[in-house]
Amino acid sequence: MLAMNYRGPKRVRIEEKPMPEILHPEDAIVRVLRSCICGSDLHLYNGNVPDTRVGTTFGHEFVGEIVEIGSEVTKVKVGDNVLVPFNISCGKCVFCKQELYGNCHESNPEATAVGAIYGYSHTAGGYHGGQAEYVRVPYANVGPTIIPPGMDLDDAVLLTDVVPTGYQAAEMGGIQKGDTVMVFGAGPIGIMAAKCSWLFGAGRVIIIDKEEYRLEFARNYAQCEAYNFEEIGDIAVFAKKTTDSLGADVCIDAVGAEAAGNAMQTITGRKLLLQAGSATALHWAINCVKKGGIVSIVGVYGPTDNLVPIGNVLNKGLTIRANQASVKRLLPRLIEHVQNGIINPKALITHRLPLEEVAEGYRMFSNKLDNCIKPVLIPPSAKI
Amino acid sequence: MEDNRPLEDNMPFENNRGPADHSHIKGWGIDADPKNDPTYPMKKRTNGEHEGYTWERPTQQPVNMEILHSIERPNVTAVFGTAAPLRGLSGAIRRMAFKNSENVYSHWLPLIMADRVDMVEGIIDDFKHGKIPNIFAEKGYVAEWNYNKTGLLARVAIVAGITAAVVLLARSNSRD
Ligand SMILES: [Zn+2]
Ligand SMILES: [Zn+2]
Repeated sequence: MLAMNYRGPKRVRIEEKPMPEILHPEDAIVRVLRSCICGSDLHLYNGNVPDTRVGTTFGHEFVGEIVEIGSEVTKVKVGDNVLVPFNISCGKCVFCKQELYGNCHESNPEATAVGAIYGYSHTAGGYHGGQAEYVRVPYANVGPTIIPPGMDLDDAVLLTDVVPTGYQAAEMGGIQKGDTVMVFGAGPIGIMAAKCSWLFGAGRVIIIDKEEYRLEFARNYAQCEAYNFEEIGDIAVFAKKTTDSLGADVCIDAVGAEAAGNAMQTITGRKLLLQAGSATALHWAINCVKKGGIVSIVGVYGPTDNLVPIGNVLNKGLTIRANQASVKRLLPRLIEHVQNGIINPKALITHRLPLEEVAEGYRMFSNKLDNCIKPVLIPPSAKI
Repeated sequence: MEDNRPLEDNMPFENNRGPADHSHIKGWGIDADPKNDPTYPMKKRTNGEHEGYTWERPTQQPVNMEILHSIERPNVTAVFGTAAPLRGLSGAIRRMAFKNSENVYSHWLPLIMADRVDMVEGIIDDFKHGKIPNIFAEKGYVAEWNYNKTGLLARVAIVAGITAAVVLLARSNSRD
């Protein structure tokens, strides 16, 4: 089968790889119909996440058809079309029982903080991902969710990460009616977080980025205010000035490790890899939020130490909430929203590429070529 | 005259709240919940957490290859990935890294180093299998060429310029 193959920083190629096999009685094999490249794939692509091994297939956002199941799989059957949440969760451990599906304790041997993620660094379990024709899906009784009849595959694939993560970013903000929400990063997740903030009753939603085309997209899609941080001068002063000098009620970091905008952070975080990515967006979020406000983090950081203004967190009495999205918990509600036309996920997709052009896809997304917001890959074995 | 001061200088200290009526936004307030205070997942606690590591574990996937596991847990998880088995020098470095917990730099920094070694091992491996890696294609330069010709040409020109300067410098030195 064809699959993406990571060869080192900024080098990926398409290659013949062995078909995935059932290795555990709760495994399923899925024939991929759509997969996406995600902003967090770029952290891997750039070589910024420890234990990203050569030979790995990336891709944690995919939908497909079940073609084979293990002996203990009962909840899905061969022929089902499923969307597969990006987290691999057992459904039995204490964290899964608490609906913390992103923190499962039985899927990722390499680390204890996070559960497993498809197609990620080995510190997320060492699983191949969905930028391939076929993929192994463990714990098939828990993760895979049957795509409701009539739902567009392009909508479904965005329900594996982008929509739930954006939604949870807003949810973790504890947004109350009338709150001012400031979102850092106008990538797909940031745009979705801005959009979902309205569902929680935000009174005002502001998004910050430096790419004009993304800001324009956010303005239209999420109906929010959008500002270019390269034009507004000091971001903390800006935040205070536009909020009666107090700060936003909720700040969302939807950027993570690869933030631009602060030379010191860029050098120590992105070039020297001495911290888990440049914490610029987090820094800004903490300094722009109101005292007693909430900072919600969904931007991914590597696991090493970070130079964050933690003193400010203490002094301002902040509550910081952060997690990988609990996709499964959120899916029923989000599927409803999509079916009722309240969220239109596929509108984020700007590029559709054959899987064979995966290297170009990464280059385009990573270098923001051709106004790329969200690229989707389509394997040759899936009819477009 | 155009005002070129940064946006923030032009803004008074006040809340430009925008429209108070959000009826044009589909779904506004649909998930509003005054109890959506930051208590999730605490509100889902069942006290089962106090029982510790006692849940009925899923069937163990046969451990038939070397799997590194965090020393902050007693065992390998019930399932695990087999994407890229340990190999060579990079594997040895990773093994060392996993002697330390996730709490310390000496776990993470060696892993990043191992990744760089792994990359070189990957190239050697390609050659061993008679495959010359097509770096131009792997780096997706076709896309760069299609959508950012000037940027790509500028970069090529800079590299060529530096090369030329180095060559000239070397020549002038050799004449001395
Ligand atoms: Zn993703
Ligand atoms: Zn679990």
